[in-house]
Amino acid sequence: MGSGPTSPIREPLVHGHKTYHQITEDLCSPTERAPSKAWTLAFIVALSALTFGVICILITIWVGIGTWRLNRTIGWGWDITNFVWWIGIGHAGTLISAILLLFRQKWRTGVNRAAEAMTIFAVICAALFPMIHVGRIWVVFYFFPYPNTRGPLWPNFNSPLLWDLFAISTYFTVSLLFWYTGLVPDFATVRDRAKGFRKKLYTFLAFGWTGAAKHWQRHEALSLVLAGLATPLVLSVHTIVSFDFATSVIPGWHTTIFPPYFVAGAIFSGFAMVQTLMVITRKVLNLQDYITIGHIESMNKVILVTGTIVGVAYLTELFIAWYSGYIYEQFAFFNRALGPYWWSYFGMMTCNVLSPQLFWSKKIRRNVTMTFFMSIFVNIGMWFERFVIIATTLARDYLPSSWSFYVPSIVEVGIYIGTLGIFFTFYLIFVRVAPVVAIAEIKHILKNAGDQYAKPNAKTTFQQVESGNTELQVAGHDSHAAHDHH
Amino acid sequence: MKQSEKNIIFGLYDDEEDLKSAIIKANADHLQIMDVLTPFPVHGLDPLLGLAESRLHIGGFVYGMMGTLTAFLGMSWIFTRDWPQIYGGKPYWPILSFVPITFELTVLFASIGMVVTFYVINGQGPGIQNTIIHPSITDDKFCIAFETDGLDYNQVDKLRNFFTNTGASLVETKTI
Repeated sequence: MGSGPTSPIREPLVHGHKTYHQITEDLCSPTERAPSKAWTLAFIVALSALTFGVICILITIWVGIGTWRLNRTIGWGWDITNFVWWIGIGHAGTLISAILLLFRQKWRTGVNRAAEAMTIFAVICAALFPMIHVGRIWVVFYFFPYPNTRGPLWPNFNSPLLWDLFAISTYFTVSLLFWYTGLVPDFATVRDRAKGFRKKLYTFLAFGWTGAAKHWQRHEALSLVLAGLATPLVLSVHTIVSFDFATSVIPGWHTTIFPPYFVAGAIFSGFAMVQTLMVITRKVLNLQDYITIGHIESMNKVILVTGTIVGVAYLTELFIAWYSGYIYEQFAFFNRALGPYWWSYFGMMTCNVLSPQLFWSKKIRRNVTMTFFMSIFVNIGMWFERFVIIATTLARDYLPSSWSFYVPSIVEVGIYIGTLGIFFTFYLIFVRVAPVVAIAEIKHILKNAGDQYAKPNAKTTFQQVESGNTELQVAGHDSHAAHDHH
Repeated sequence: MKQSEKNIIFGLYDDEEDLKSAIIKANADHLQIMDVLTPFPVHGLDPLLGLAESRLHIGGFVYGMMGTLTAFLGMSWIFTRDWPQIYGGKPYWPILSFVPITFELTVLFASIGMVVTFYVINGQGPGIQNTIIHPSITDDKFCIAFETDGLDYNQVDKLRNFFTNTGASLVETKTI
């Protein structure tokens, strides 16, 4: 989506007066040099967490679900909380690459590659939970409808749990295809610089990409249609996840507000995780010229909007519970806020509703340290949200005789830590193997979003349309950009 | 010489604008361009090179429809013919319940079908090695290539002059 004049109020997306060759150098070099100490240390930590998680998963499979502290009242605990949390995190990547592509938001080019990778790893972590939660993972293929010798016996197509299976496997496949298709030209760039074993590796990964004009034309056509398909897909996935709750008969779950509220929450938490990773990645890999303060601010705006939607949804839920006059619904929300798990409700409210409101301030939106801490807060808040919806609601049943309390066992905590390990191990391997920022896409936008082009371009286009005080705006905007650079 | 081998002459340009003006010049001189290779998608090349719009999206539609039909007809057959069953008092043929899976399979079939088609018609895929004319093409150079088989010395010289006149930074011949 490169050509065409850029609005002068847009700040440059690529700093440092880059040339095409310099972009190649900057973005390929992290894959070419030996891993740094920080990377190695992070990798060891992530791998240890992964190992711990694998051990806990094996204990679960070997001994059984009894190693978890779920009980007859609270049948869903950390497992489904973590499942929904990870799926939510997996929503930012496709949103950035698909919806922002359709909306022609050029700032997506700086972060789309890493966000898409994050999506794929998060979906892997998410998919793990339902698989082990069923208890007998060796017959997990019963989920799929295939002609079988058991009747044939088919799954229930009325069930949102089955819809979820289709939604998540489709989402994973489409995200993977989208991500890899974007990576192929960049792998070719790395291939043409590599020697020895790396040459062989990247020759394999680059699929024989040459850069022919016809191939680029098809590549763009493909990306556009995949974006068009992925846009309703990303909205459908969390809608269907919310159906897992909304189609039930549990007070506090069976509400029609769930689909939009879950989708907004998913984008909210996804962007928070992208921020967490991007703030570290841009620093460690020296990518400040490509992932600029402007990018961070744009993502913070998305966090502010979606966080506010989530906040409004929480308040709407409370209002409707009161307004419905339905005592079970009223009790469910009373119990969430003031019941035995009151602390998770207040954690959720503070992290998700109050803290993102700080982003109304431009200064805070453009502050990297604040952004980092806020992103962690949002991640914690969104985890609490799922815990509140799931465990808190289940803990107080219709019958007070079956009321219960739930604390996770070490195995459950271990599996959660393990998924964090899987996620970060994959991400760390990804930053070593693939260019973290999409090389070809950055080159594509360079001539209307690079800082050396954005200025004169801005002036000419503006003079054609208006005159007079516009110069002032451009100048003011430039001094701002210069200020950020320090 | 093997049948598949070709002799080519190619020139590399430093900027996409130089490339575009060179293509316009080549069209004016009635030179038969074999291929144009660029490090990123340069907009405005398709009309210059006479490339028709990609029909990949038509393929996507067809694959998507296959997904729609597979899901909808499959579920309908299972629930009404193969194993009719009442779930919670719902009808045997609960069309609304079929919407999510029908949608997901439409997207799934369209995406997989289009991506596979894309690589097959491009002649690309895991492990496939196509000839790389010059390693800088995936970095910062824009390439025009002409086939020289069947051309005499003067005609090749004319191509060489074309590259020099249009500002190519490198001109080479190669057998691919």
